[in-house]
Amino acid sequence: MNFDRTKEKLEILADAAKYDVSCSSSGGKRKNNGGLGDSSASGICHTYTEDGRCVSLLKILLTNHCIYDCIYCVSRKSNDIKRAAFTVEEVVDLTISFYRRNYIEGLFLSSGIFKDADTTMERLVRVAKKLRTEHNFNGYIHLKSIPGASDDLMNEAALYADRLSVNLEIPTESGLKLLAPDKNREDMLQPMRIVQKGIQQYKDEKKIIRSTPKFAPAGQSTQMIVGATNENDLQIIKVADHFYKNYGMKRVYYSGYIPVTVDNRLPAITAEVPVLRENRLYQSDWLMRFYGFKADEILDFNMPFLDLEVDPKLSWALRHLDQFPVNLQTADYKMILRIPGIGVKTAQKIVSARKFQVLSIDHLKKLGAAVNRAKYFIDFTYGNPFLKHLTDLNLRKLILSGSQSKFQNQFSQQLTLF
Amino acid sequence: MTTLLYDGSFDGLFTAIFEVFEYRYQDVEIMNRENFQQKNMFAEVHEVVTQQEKSERVLNKLEKSIGKSGINDLLRVYLSEDNELEQLVLSVVRQSVKFPNDNVLKNFANDDILKISKICKSVSRERHRMTAFVRFKKMQDDVFFAKIDPDFNVLPLIRKHFKDRYADQKWMIYDLRRHYGLFYDLENCEFFYPDEKLDLNQYQEKFHDEEKKYQTLWQSYFTKTNIKERKNIKLHIQHVPKRYWKYLTEKH
Ligand code: SF4
Repeated sequence: MNFDRTKEKLEILADAAKYDVSCSSSGGKRKNNGGLGDSSASGICHTYTEDGRCVSLLKILLTNHCIYDCIYCVSRKSNDIKRAAFTVEEVVDLTISFYRRNYIEGLFLSSGIFKDADTTMERLVRVAKKLRTEHNFNGYIHLKSIPGASDDLMNEAALYADRLSVNLEIPTESGLKLLAPDKNREDMLQPMRIVQKGIQQYKDEKKIIRSTPKFAPAGQSTQMIVGATNENDLQIIKVADHFYKNYGMKRVYYSGYIPVTVDNRLPAITAEVPVLRENRLYQSDWLMRFYGFKADEILDFNMPFLDLEVDPKLSWALRHLDQFPVNLQTADYKMILRIPGIGVKTAQKIVSARKFQVLSIDHLKKLGAAVNRAKYFIDFTYGNPFLKHLTDLNLRKLILSGSQSKFQNQFSQQLTLF
Repeated sequence: MTTLLYDGSFDGLFTAIFEVFEYRYQDVEIMNRENFQQKNMFAEVHEVVTQQEKSERVLNKLEKSIGKSGINDLLRVYLSEDNELEQLVLSVVRQSVKFPNDNVLKNFANDDILKISKICKSVSRERHRMTAFVRFKKMQDDVFFAKIDPDFNVLPLIRKHFKDRYADQKWMIYDLRRHYGLFYDLENCEFFYPDEKLDLNQYQEKFHDEEKKYQTLWQSYFTKTNIKERKNIKLHIQHVPKRYWKYLTEKH
């Protein structure tokens, strides 16, 4: 290996890949059989960048040569930048060597489209295949599928990769037309359908033949850029909801647009990254995936944007005061989950602790609830003086003044509770 | 008040607990012999001789009410090296004698149980961080070596993780604070306890020829994957507390 050259390539191709927000390495199901690595556990973040994002995978492009010209992308062909391309061997070597030192959980490989879709996709598949078959590597592999790649290649990719993804990039079709003239939505959807079909078929066959080869065991994910075009939050979470339901998506990621180009179709180069908005979208996403909320409970046509001042769960509660107070001792788990300031873990603890005794507000604090918010919405067996504010028109103000969110100014994609 | 002195081992602790019941002591305190200085002249001292059979009897009984995961929690309390650990574990055993049909560890409204759940959370977090922040360095003899210095004694908790993951390379993880390590030689994965502290002075000179290169590549990757426009050092430090930095290749 020519060290200096590899280093230079790594710098260029890591830099170009960093805007993809997907980072998860969980959901793999590979056990080690005497070779290197496993991905049977839930993911591990091995380090964090200075912007606070986790690093669990070696995330690089195979090449940043691209024949397309998506204007939100640094690798677009009209951009005058240094270009580089890894060989298959180089990517394999970096992955293995980093993995052996416990720097990473695996590889996240994507690529500029240096020739047609199939040639590019074939090269990505070759990396995964080599890692699995020649190096007995069982770590995590996430391949970014190339829109327009053939069904056969997609099927082969799914044999070696744990996760496949195609980024939707722009939430609406019209937005996509405007910013990525060479791409079309249908080319993005077809590979997703193939993966979804394959996963379903794998599940069916698995019941009959135990040795069916694994098929993208960690499923598929996608990503949308937020704030490059002028779609509203309702549109975005509806799209997410649609993909969770109809494409069996494991994760939808939201990426606040970072200005990389001067172009009158785009926000100004001085525009700020919409981190708060992105954060609220992730919170809504959590509500849909773990708290039993439906997309149109979170937003509706009268209110198409997320409230930037309060988190979406509190915002829902303030609009549905008639559902409160919730009795802590008797309410069912689903409703306990809807109390502002109570996360999934706390809700579970409440349900198991209340069998032993009657819970008070002090217990609630100890169990990890954000009591400064929760206290207005709960009925304790002992009574609760804060309930008198529930009908107060200024409840919202009252809560905002009394609670400094733990997460203020700390926008992470990986919030654990709110 | 009776003070039971045990040898600091997990089995020793449960032998002591067995004897609390065997001798029907009411007012007791269990103590690691190493930490013992007799302050209270009137306290009666009972020396515990570790007996696996006694310890297992307690553990088996306990497992029926608090389950395997409950035993695991108690192991975590033990590994936390918390100075109340003996008292907390004893409290669980006493409670489970009182409520043999309930999992008393679920009674989060009890102060001891709540403390245990907090300790378990801290220990688990440290364990998780060790699976993440261990950095192996390849040595001349092809062993991948890592130094750690965790706040809790988590080496026993990460053994399986690393054993499952690195089956085709020799590796060693050494706890600098507690002076013992874990070594995998392609067949066995065992703890070792050197008589003298490992001398790591010439550590860097013993690196494999290729080691420095990969360290440099990893550092460039770490720098390049950062997005300047989103800089958030507060969040960064929250995720990677500074006390770990000295062992992280990317932080050098
Ligand atoms: S096809 Fe991909 S790499 Fe090429 S310009 Fe569009 S987004 Fe960038």
